[in-house]
Amino acid sequence: MSTNAIAFLNSENPELSIEQQLQLFNAIESGLPLVAQPYLALAEEIGVSEEQVIAMITDWQQQGLIRRFGLVIRHRKLGYVANAMVVWDVEDEQVDAIAEILAEQKVVTLCYRRPRVLPHWPYNLFCMVHGKNRDQVEAQLAQICQHSELKSLSKKLLFSNKAYKQRGGRYQHQLAT
Amino acid sequence: MDALDRKILNRTQLGIPVSDQPFADIANELGCDEQQVIDKLQTMLDDGLLTRFGPMFDAASLGGAFTLSAMIVPEERFGEVNDIVNAFSQVAHNYKRQHTLNMWFVVACESQQEIQTVIADIEQQSGLQVFDFPKQEEFYVGLYLPV
Repeated sequence: MSTNAIAFLNSENPELSIEQQLQLFNAIESGLPLVAQPYLALAEEIGVSEEQVIAMITDWQQQGLIRRFGLVIRHRKLGYVANAMVVWDVEDEQVDAIAEILAEQKVVTLCYRRPRVLPHWPYNLFCMVHGKNRDQVEAQLAQICQHSELKSLSKKLLFSNKAYKQRGGRYQHQLAT
Repeated sequence: MDALDRKILNRTQLGIPVSDQPFADIANELGCDEQQVIDKLQTMLDDGLLTRFGPMFDAASLGGAFTLSAMIVPEERFGEVNDIVNAFSQVAHNYKRQHTLNMWFVVACESQQEIQTVIADIEQQSGLQVFDFPKQEEFYVGLYLPV
């Protein structure tokens, strides 16, 4: 655990000691136990109550240490074999508004602001669109672009020809590209 | 995969309740029983359709440093440069894409300094420039891929 994450541990928490918070963090880092009462199972493991575990996890969600509770699917195994990076050239002061529209689209799976690298790369807003095939991805993008704010933007669609290394490194589960 | 597998997968992608019996909550919504939800999720994990189940941590909060990098690789050198890049354990998600910038990968390290070292090493070993696209802002998107 890094020093950044340790900053989330709260020494003034009246419920769980620092050691117990650390134990809980380590216990859920590899995933949630698949049993009927997973939070109770965690509570018993570290010797606190189920309510305390639920309160701590809820707290971590509110602080942003936990982004979401869910699952990571192997999208290629489930038929999502077409993945496109869609990049946009957006005026700097418009980026937040445009990103908000993109983030609302169901087919957009990631959305980041990144620097332009001129002259090769005029685009500053990056998103990912996943689909079962290229036609579907193109159709989904065309539909997104019906939106009046997006219509006139300069953009580029970059399909991946091949995944040379889909995963790797200790942060693999964090990078849902 | 049967119809119930799909329903479970689609529902759990939207999040798992933080409650005393989260799988019973999901079962009630879907009209099946708790043990079916647990068993089917376990089978999907065992089969490798799911790689992880539970809390997703904010990678940056955990202290990692990340960047997206791209290179302009001459077609005839693609395989060779690809081997150089993939040999770095810090490289993840390397894709060939249709653009002048045709090789795109994520560099995930412990620190910003390590990222700069990895990029410099790749440049030195390949003789090619690495363009760096660090994240400046992330916009929250609820990842949802219905099956």
